[in-house]
Amino acid sequence: MSTGDFIFTGLGHAYLKDNWIFRNYRGEAVRGQVLALLGPNGSGKTTLLKILLGALTPSEGSVNIQGQVAFVPQLFQVAFDYTALDMVLMGRAKKVGLFSQPTPADEEAAINALERMGIGHMAYRPFHEMSGGQRQLVIFARALVAEADILILDEPTSALDLKNQNGILEWIDRLARRENLTVIFSTHHPHHAYAVADQALLMLGENDFESGPVGDVLTEKNLLQLYGLPLKRLTFDYEDLNVETLVPVFRNCKRRKAN
Amino acid sequence: MTEKTVKQEKFSACSSGRFRRWLPKTPLARPWILGLILLIAIIGSLFMGAYPIPWHRILEILLNSVWPFSGSESAYLDLREITVVTLIRPPRILVAVLAGIALGMSGTALQGMMRNPLVGPDLVGVTSGAAFGAVLAMWLGFLYTPVILVLSTIGGIAAMLGTMALARVVGGRNDSLPLILAGFFIGAFFLAGVGLLIYLENPFYPKGQRTGNIIYWLLGTFRGAGPVKAWTIAVPTIVGGTVLMGLRWRLNLLSLGDLDASSLGINLNRLRWILITVVSLMVAGQVAVSGVVGWVGLIIPHAARMLVGPDHRRLIPASAMLGGLFVLGLDNFTRTVIWSEVPVGVLSAIFGTPLICFLFWKTKTKGWNE
Repeated sequence: MSTGDFIFTGLGHAYLKDNWIFRNYRGEAVRGQVLALLGPNGSGKTTLLKILLGALTPSEGSVNIQGQVAFVPQLFQVAFDYTALDMVLMGRAKKVGLFSQPTPADEEAAINALERMGIGHMAYRPFHEMSGGQRQLVIFARALVAEADILILDEPTSALDLKNQNGILEWIDRLARRENLTVIFSTHHPHHAYAVADQALLMLGENDFESGPVGDVLTEKNLLQLYGLPLKRLTFDYEDLNVETLVPVFRNCKRRKAN
Repeated sequence: MTEKTVKQEKFSACSSGRFRRWLPKTPLARPWILGLILLIAIIGSLFMGAYPIPWHRILEILLNSVWPFSGSESAYLDLREITVVTLIRPPRILVAVLAGIALGMSGTALQGMMRNPLVGPDLVGVTSGAAFGAVLAMWLGFLYTPVILVLSTIGGIAAMLGTMALARVVGGRNDSLPLILAGFFIGAFFLAGVGLLIYLENPFYPKGQRTGNIIYWLLGTFRGAGPVKAWTIAVPTIVGGTVLMGLRWRLNLLSLGDLDASSLGINLNRLRWILITVVSLMVAGQVAVSGVVGWVGLIIPHAARMLVGPDHRRLIPASAMLGGLFVLGLDNFTRTVIWSEVPVGVLSAIFGTPLICFLFWKTKTKGWNE
């Protein structure tokens, strides 16, 4: 295995004894790939992310992660009114000694990272005054500054409007392909996973999961089992693009049209 | 472009290395200016006091003690005046300033560590724990201040650990309410211990003698501060202050939250332990020499944050300076303005309550989180 790769096998966790959230899970990705985690609420997505992050020791199984991991939380609330630059600078924590302060070189790296994310002009803006999408970009910049190999995102698109969802998906794509980071993200939107991910892990139940390349895993049958709702895989042409996506079928709603 | 013009109205640029930092426009936003003001206040305080001495004589005595050959009129100086200016006022001023520095810094560190702007050493029970330790020491008959310091440090650490453990059991450490309630419970418990010790009165001592002293000391006072007390507070404050100055950027990281901070690769537990020890030590140092002085550890971090912003790299030194200024001001007030010496702890609550109300009102529009 090289830096940026990870694999976990036989992974299981129970907060209470014998009350398994999931068991025998397996998943892997190599550097530059995107892995999507899909599962209904309460299926243990956040628990799995915490385990991958090393913040939680799994009850069983092994995780092998090569390289530095950075985390982008779902809801980012900061108790104090830091600027975007302060936030990004915190990514240097590992490189600054316990009793030392960040040097101008660290600040330079932080500004560069903000500029790479296209928000260099917002460096001195208070973090809490930024929109949800901009905050995500700041946290991405922090991951760049930390020189992370693997980026773990907890539902990065959940609180965003369509335009910002698109922006974040583009960035996930770019971080993986251009910056060569491995990205793991959890999502409630199968079509997001379908759009950017290489690998997917469906958390179907305690002992039940599907893992593998997106095309093999995100099938109509699996998704019906996952969400209890039919999803249709569609292929169509849009301008010069051949689009392949997933569309949920809300069968019992008003606008249905039975012929 | 519009971004920059908007910013320039609110902030002025000051150059630091290659990069400009945005700072609030007031010159008070720079900790070293606050330090200068504190220095001037310290020198000015030597000229204040209940015992009336004309200012030119004080100046003469001071110059003489710094440079013994400067004054030709030194033969005319009164020995009592020399004693007041060189032996009585300096240690008291020093103790007041160090107490303020200790309280301001530890309050800021606590708020950063618990990522909660509503806590202070007295609200998380540290002060009560330290007071219990100190009263226990006195009750057992150890009146030498360094011994009181040891027991009060142990009491402070015990109270802080109790509060954090209770808050963790009841709810997440992220929430304000469990933490403040836990601090309230633990603080009340230790205060009950203090009350019990006062009530029980050690039978080996003459009746009533000790109790009165303990109660007056508990209310918070700098009266009777001499070299021993000055050293007792100086050592923990300087040691703890140095550690906090070293860790001040780490406080930014701690204030992010456990999961996020640990994902940045810092050793959270180690850092938290260092901070708990240091904060308890500093608060205990203050309590051991001057009793319970409340509110300072809650107010000063807020005031400092309004001046220099939330970055702990500037906030820690600024709250040290502001804390020193505030407590020194209170002590000067009680030394000179009021006919009898009202305990500083009482004054800090009397002045502190309206001040914290004002700060609450000021932050209400902005809030702490949004």
